[in-house]
Amino acid sequence: MSDTHAHSAAFVRTEQVPPAPPPASATGPVKWAKDNLFSTPLYSVLTVAALYVIYVILGNTLPWIFSGVWNTSSLAECREVLDGVSGGCFSVLTERWNQLLFGFKYPVDQYWRPSLAFVLFFAAAAPVLFYKMPRKLLLFTAIFPFLAYWLIWGGTILTPILALVGVVAGYFVYQRFVAGSFAAGFFGGIAAAFVVWIIGGLLIPDNANEGAMLRAVPSRDLGGFMLNMMLGVACVSLSVPLGIALALGRQSDMPLIKWICVVFIEFIRGVPLITLLFVASVMLAYFFPPGTTTDLFLRVVIMITMFSAAYIAEVIRGGLAALPRGQYEAADSLGLDYPQAMRLIILPQALKISIPGIVNVAVGLFKDTTLVSVISMFDLVGMIRGPILASTEWNGVYWELLGFAALLFFVVCYGISQYSQWLERQLATDHR
Amino acid sequence: MTTQTAMNVSTEVAISIEKMNKWYGTFHVLRDIDLTVYQGERIVIAGPSGSGKSTLIRCINALEEHQQGSITVDGTLLSSDVKNIDKIRSEVGMCFQHFNLFPHLSILENCTLAPIWVRKTPKKEAEEIAMHFLEKVKIPDQADKYPGQLSGGQQQRVAIARSLCMRPRIMLFDEPTSALDPEMIKEVLDTMVELAEEGMTMLCVTHEMGFARQVANRVIFMDEGQIVEQNEPEEFFNNPKSPRTQLFLSQILGH
Repeated sequence: MSDTHAHSAAFVRTEQVPPAPPPASATGPVKWAKDNLFSTPLYSVLTVAALYVIYVILGNTLPWIFSGVWNTSSLAECREVLDGVSGGCFSVLTERWNQLLFGFKYPVDQYWRPSLAFVLFFAAAAPVLFYKMPRKLLLFTAIFPFLAYWLIWGGTILTPILALVGVVAGYFVYQRFVAGSFAAGFFGGIAAAFVVWIIGGLLIPDNANEGAMLRAVPSRDLGGFMLNMMLGVACVSLSVPLGIALALGRQSDMPLIKWICVVFIEFIRGVPLITLLFVASVMLAYFFPPGTTTDLFLRVVIMITMFSAAYIAEVIRGGLAALPRGQYEAADSLGLDYPQAMRLIILPQALKISIPGIVNVAVGLFKDTTLVSVISMFDLVGMIRGPILASTEWNGVYWELLGFAALLFFVVCYGISQYSQWLERQLATDHR
Repeated sequence: MTTQTAMNVSTEVAISIEKMNKWYGTFHVLRDIDLTVYQGERIVIAGPSGSGKSTLIRCINALEEHQQGSITVDGTLLSSDVKNIDKIRSEVGMCFQHFNLFPHLSILENCTLAPIWVRKTPKKEAEEIAMHFLEKVKIPDQADKYPGQLSGGQQQRVAIARSLCMRPRIMLFDEPTSALDPEMIKEVLDTMVELAEEGMTMLCVTHEMGFARQVANRVIFMDEGQIVEQNEPEEFFNNPKSPRTQLFLSQILGH
């Protein structure tokens, strides 16, 4: 190439510019702090102010936590040990640990039973929560409620077996008749289950609990965080299917079904949960046949389930409404019948949209289980407010106990929240 | 391509509509529709928007309910009996303007769902059928993707394959190319032409007059809920009889 080309517009690169690291000011923590903490004078002031607030809070709580006392037997002893130094009296947690978890009446030598049920709960929940696990594990999930009932309440094993047999009988009757019509299968199944339960109930002798393998523990002896977990798990797992049924029923073309669902949802949503719990504790007995005594735990589960099902139904209705009409039409035009269209096309999408709302209700429900303390059930909060704070040893240890309760609930609720976000990411296939 | 030469129409009636009327509330959308479609016929329904052409084909598979008259599809009278409706729907395929694929299922699952659940076809066989039709619409390599990852034209071709997996006797197309970019219209129309050449009975609501000329053996012009004119495409385009048709054609072909 001759020199005459040097001033023309044409250009040919003859050597590559090697990649170089960026200057220090454009990367690393300095750059990050400058962008995010000190980008303008106002932000700088806010950053400094926020750091000061954090310093004050931590400066007061951390010493309180770290100089806390863990092994005394009363608040008075704590004060002696601390000798004027700021510090928590965490001894109450260690000394009353079992009461906080299991309540104060559950037989101490039987604690392994609810603990085992708690461990098995994870095995039962896993195939429901993680859909990639083998589907056969769902069989254990189906058995778990009966197993857990037997472990926690004890007594004769005939009761949970009878309950299981009733459900299985109902399922087979449903399978047999559902081909004819869904209603026939549904009501036939329920009727079959009740027939089995009633006949079986007559067959089980009254003294079956005597000499049973596991000692019978009455419901009023349950308590502590165990009670919150039991109520939370039972009510969430019952109210989601009931909520789906209510949401679909509210959209039904059949006026009777539609109005039953509308009235149920609107009525239950319009009543405070605490009222429903009082109804459960004193009034619900009037609705059952005379002479039958229905367990308080069962009554509370029914009430909380109805309450949260009404909310979940409305959340799912929102999800159903968010689906384009074309999805219903496409399912119809392929010849899918109503149950198929709902199960395969509509509900998977509507439930996916509803996950944040359902989790919102579930987390709220779990925390609301502490309300049972007002109808004198000794759940975690009931234990703290009642037997523990009322005792002469621990009267006045508010921060430590309520902080512990808050921490327990936070761990569970945050876990649920993280799971739901993971699930949403897993199910995000629509690439919108 | 040659015009409707190799396409033979049987005398067997596929759809027969008699004195059918439909109202939306008090609005009379379809008025005294009489239409007989023979097996193997390819009918294009044209007309201004709001003329009831989409409503007409949506009545055929009972996505819309008609209030008067009768619709008989493949010998089955369309009534409010759910069993009859499901039977007709499984014999009649439909493609929508907005594809309406199921976004939570992969392309393959979209295609196998109805055969597995409605026809009770074993899963493996359903997948073979699905791959056969996906190859036919030239996108077998996308089988494991989700609808959201495909272009509009590809999605519409999947929608066609999904309908074909049910082995329908009749296909309904409700403005299948109206939501597509010009470049993608061709790939969808090519698929439809291919389908027509195989002798599928087709009812097509479309504004693609080139397609009508090429494959239809009857063009129906609708306005204000009535069939204004129907004729063979050659005659329809070159020599429209009704002034309303003439006006419509002059506007649609004038540019």
